Order: sequence, then C-alpha cells, then structure tokens
Amino acid sequence: MLKRIIILFINRNREFYRDRSGLGWNILFPFFIIVGFSLIFSQDSRSEYKAGLINTGSIKKEISAQYEQFREIKIIEFVEMDSLDSGLNRLLHHRIDILIDPALGKYWKSTTSPKGFIVEKLLIASGKSSDRSSFLRGSVKGREIPYIEWLFPGVLAMNMMFSALFGVGYTVVRYRKNGVLKRFSVTLLSPFEFLTAQVLSRMFVIFLTTGIVYTACAAIYGFENRGSYASLLLLFLLGSFSMISLALIIASRSSSEEFAGGALNLLSWPMMFLSEVWFSMEGARPWVITLSKFLPLTHLTAGVRKIMNDGATLYEIKAHVIALTVMSVLFMATGSLLFRWQKED
Amino acid sequence: MHPVLEVIDLKKSFPGVRAVDGISFSIEPGICFGLLGPNGAGKTTTIEIIEGILKEDSGMILYRGEKRGKRFREEVGIQFQSTRLPEYLTVLETLKTFRGLYPGKADMDWIIDVCRLEEILNRDNKKISGGQKQRLLLAMALANNPELIILDEPTTGLDPQARRHLWDIVTGIKNSGRTIILTTHYMEEAEKLCDRIAIMDYGKIIDIDTPDSLLRRHGKGATIYIRTEEPEKFMKALPGRAYIVENGIEVRTDSLNQCIQKISTAGGDLSGMTVRTPNLEDVFLELTGHTLRA
Repeated sequence: MLKRIIILFINRNREFYRDRSGLGWNILFPFFIIVGFSLIFSQDSRSEYKAGLINTGSIKKEISAQYEQFREIKIIEFVEMDSLDSGLNRLLHHRIDILIDPALGKYWKSTTSPKGFIVEKLLIASGKSSDRSSFLRGSVKGREIPYIEWLFPGVLAMNMMFSALFGVGYTVVRYRKNGVLKRFSVTLLSPFEFLTAQVLSRMFVIFLTTGIVYTACAAIYGFENRGSYASLLLLFLLGSFSMISLALIIASRSSSEEFAGGALNLLSWPMMFLSEVWFSMEGARPWVITLSKFLPLTHLTAGVRKIMNDGATLYEIKAHVIALTVMSVLFMATGSLLFRWQKED
Repeated sequence: MHPVLEVIDLKKSFPGVRAVDGISFSIEPGICFGLLGPNGAGKTTTIEIIEGILKEDSGMILYRGEKRGKRFREEVGIQFQSTRLPEYLTVLETLKTFRGLYPGKADMDWIIDVCRLEEILNRDNKKISGGQKQRLLLAMALANNPELIILDEPTTGLDPQARRHLWDIVTGIKNSGRTIILTTHYMEEAEKLCDRIAIMDYGKIIDIDTPDSLLRRHGKGATIYIRTEEPEKFMKALPGRAYIVENGIEVRTDSLNQCIQKISTAGGDLSGMTVRTPNLEDVFLELTGHTLRA
C-alpha cells in the first residue's frame, strides 16, 4: 500500500514540477502580492477605515464639535470597544485604524498602518474646520506589528488555500474527465491510496512553495517569526490538510472542470474576503462573523498571525487548532465517502 | 480445468436501451476471444462489466471458476477503448508507475521489447503518435504480467500501418500463452487475431464459434463485385442476394458459374468484375442483415 502511495506521490510532484506555468504561478503569486503591498504601503487606497471608540458615554466639551464632525465622515466605520486595552490591542494588530476616547479627548494610532495615517489626518482636518482645539495624541504601549508583517501571514494562508483547492480539485476532476481515474480503478490502487497520495503530494508542494516564499520575503523585508517554528509548521499542516480535504469534496464525483471551477471559486472568494486576509472583520455584521468562523482559512490566518506576530503558543491558539482539526477530519471523511473513480452515469 | 472466464446470462440496461441482453459464453485459456459487432452492439458494455467498471443488472461472471476478486484484479491487464495518459510523464515513467501498482510485475525489458517502445521511452506522453499511444496503453495492460488481457477496440482510429503493427504485437502476446479478449468492429482484425469469435448485435450474441466454422456455416458460395453505373439493371436478374455498393453491386451467390453467365448476358462488364470467397463481414451480413459499420 505504502509503495503505491509513494509512486503516485512522486508522479504528482513530477507533474507539478514539469507544469512550469503552475509552478511559477504558485511561487510568484504571493511575491506579487507582498511586493505590491509593500509598494503601496504608504498609500493604501482602500476607501473604508475603522475607528475604535471607547468611553462614548460622555464627550469632552473642547473636542465635541470636532468629534461630531469626524463621526459624520461616511468612509469611516465606527466600532465600540470594550476597554482601552482591548482597543489598543486591536490597534496594534491592525484590526482598527485609530482608537478614540471622546471622554478624554484622546486618540491613538498605529505608526505603521497606512490607513491609520489617513484617518488621523481626517480627524485633524475635522478639528481645523471646527476651529476648536485638537484631540490629544496618546502613545501606544507595547510592540506594534508593522502592517506588512500583519499582512504576510494572511497572504501565505491565502496562497495555501488557492494551491490546495485548485491544485487538488481541478487535478482530480481532470483525471476523472479524461479517464485516468478509470484506468487507475482497474489496478490494485484503492481510493484511500489515491486520495492519500493526492493529499501528501499537494501538502509537499504547499510546504515547498510556502517555504520558498517565506524565506525570500523574510530575507527581503526582514520578517521574523516571534513564535515557534514547530507551532507554525503544525498549523500550516492542519490548514493545508483541511483545505485539500475540502477540495476533495468538490472533486469527489464531478467530471466537469467548469462545475469544479465554479464551486472552487464559490469557496475561495468568500474565504478570501471573510477570513481577514486583507482586512479585519471588526464591526462586521454578527452573522458574517459567525459565518467566517466556519471557514478553515479564517482559523489558519488567525492562528498563523498569532504565532508570527505575537509569538503565541499552540495552547494559546488551541481554538484554531481544534477548529482546523475538526474541519480536516470532517472534510476528509466526507470527501472519501463521496469519492467515485468514474463519471456518474 | 475451469475456463479462464465464464459469462452467464449477463444483462445490463441503460435508460431506454437494453445494452446487454442475456449473453453467455466461456473463454478457454490461451486463446484470443473476439467480441465482434458494430458500434452500439454491446461489446464495450460487456467488457466493462467483466472489468468491474460497470455493475451488471443480472447474471454472473466467473474468473477461473470463482467470483471475481482481488486475484482477478491482480491477474488481468486492461486496455480501455479511449484513455488519456497521465500528463507530464514520459513513456518510461508511465510504465514504471503502472508496473509499481502490482505485486506481480512483468519484466520491464519484455514489455518494452514486445510493445516496441525502445525509441520513445524518454518521450513525453503528450508527444507520441496515436499508434505509439496505443502501444503504450497495451504495455500498461501488460505491466502486471497478466494471465488475461482485455483489449477494447485497440486499433480504432489508427492508420492501416499502425493497425498492422499492433496486430503483430497482439499476436506476439498471444503466442506467449496468455488469454486475450478483444473487441473490434474490424473484420480483418478478428479474422487475423481471434481463435474464437462471438458476433454481437443489439446486446445479444448471434453466433459464437471459431472463424473457420463461422465461415463454413454461414459463408457458403462467393461474392461477386461488378463495376457498373446502372446497378438496378442487374439487381433482379442475378441469382443470389445483390447489394448496391460504391460504384457497382455486390452479389452473394451459391451458383458462381450461373451468376457470371447472367451478368454477361445482361451486358455486364466482366473486365471490372472481382470474385472473392466470403469473409466475416459477409457472415455478419448474413446473420444480421446489415453491415458492421452501419
């Protein structure tokens, strides 16, 4: 059994290596994202900003007009925070762009976030027009996560997602469509062996490409992992396994590449936007936040960020580890049960 | 000693069509058994049920006297009618892959030699010709050193030269003592390769025998071809069955001399006439009333 798995594992890796366009895209895509974002680092063009608010029960008289005017800016979403600590923590992790305490007439902002810079300008501009004294700027205690370091884990996780979903989903559907699976079905190869080889091969590819991208980006931008590499590896393992398993559900029966493409897009696009790869879900509607918790990319991104940005231990991110483990088992079991070698009649 | 394969009262229907309608046959070891019939006759459905790709509605299939199990999958080599090859692999890598999936492996040199793959071993699967692809598919079917080899229309779509090339290879495999099941709609292929033939049409086996016996029983007389632009002129005048064919007519007759005399009397051009003994095509025509390619 092991020998058959190894044979298919090697072959699938050969296919991947020899498909130069696929190989290039898997490695270059995250580079493009990182390089692109580092280039526009100081001119973030996203039009929505998030301002965290604390102590909104009262407003310091001197800043009330400025505050009211600032609150009317449509492109800023205002999110109530539980406490100053909670607000500052969110600020450090780029979940909000600015934190304002209207009772004290004070604000805090990230020094590396491009959006924080813009929101601060908007706040100051509001002050000028009202001809009243400005807010006081508070100093943020604790280590601030540079924006690009906050973004990096999300981009890595997203690249893993695309590689897992499309690399496995499309391949299995194409094998079924062109009869390669049918040919395998009359050998001694079992569905378990075939699926295991697909999963292992894609995980190998994901680890290889992620390793290359990680090393190169770390060398160029000086990223550092503040947590344990073993924890990071385990989370990558669980994250990639869960998303490969998800792809196997899509690819379990279909022989239509068009259907597979549509279904994979249907999965990947919401995951890309609801898993905090690009922006925080802070202040989003509750049902959207609930939905995002059912997506493996959410847990992978959040877990990797906590390890890399905050040096979190596995115990500290146990909720993400458990969620990814449960999803992996569930997806793999479903994919295996649904799997058919051939086209449905 | 049990036959290599026994098919007993096999039935299979698809919506609106009975593809296999209660067929039975058995295959003795070491022979090439042909399933002959036009497209849609039920050959591939029968073969795919034997292979385990399709599930039969009813009936039974025994391999060496037992229900098909792991032993069957270990000892059977299969070449499908149309299969794409794994992408980005060379011919040698593809062969090694399939060979590696079995505990019992054929000798690699023997496979390469018998299927004449020496020159293309390091070529990408995408860069081989149709004939070379069929030879590789055949080689893949031999990877497990099979006792029984199932070839589903192995020469369909090949040019005459590539087809004859493949016939030589199949003959070589047959001579090594292996049992072969071959489906085809090429009469010449069946005549050349098969020791025993089952003629199928509309899901049934119409007759089953050796090619010689089939010809002896159903192929009496001779077939005369006359080149003419006025086929109707001869149709009723000649003894035997006449069919309009390209640029003339074909007459199947038991009275050769009488027939030739009548053609001459009717003003037929004897210089353009050919006479041949019956072949399996004629047997098929005799049994079913239509041609194999219909």
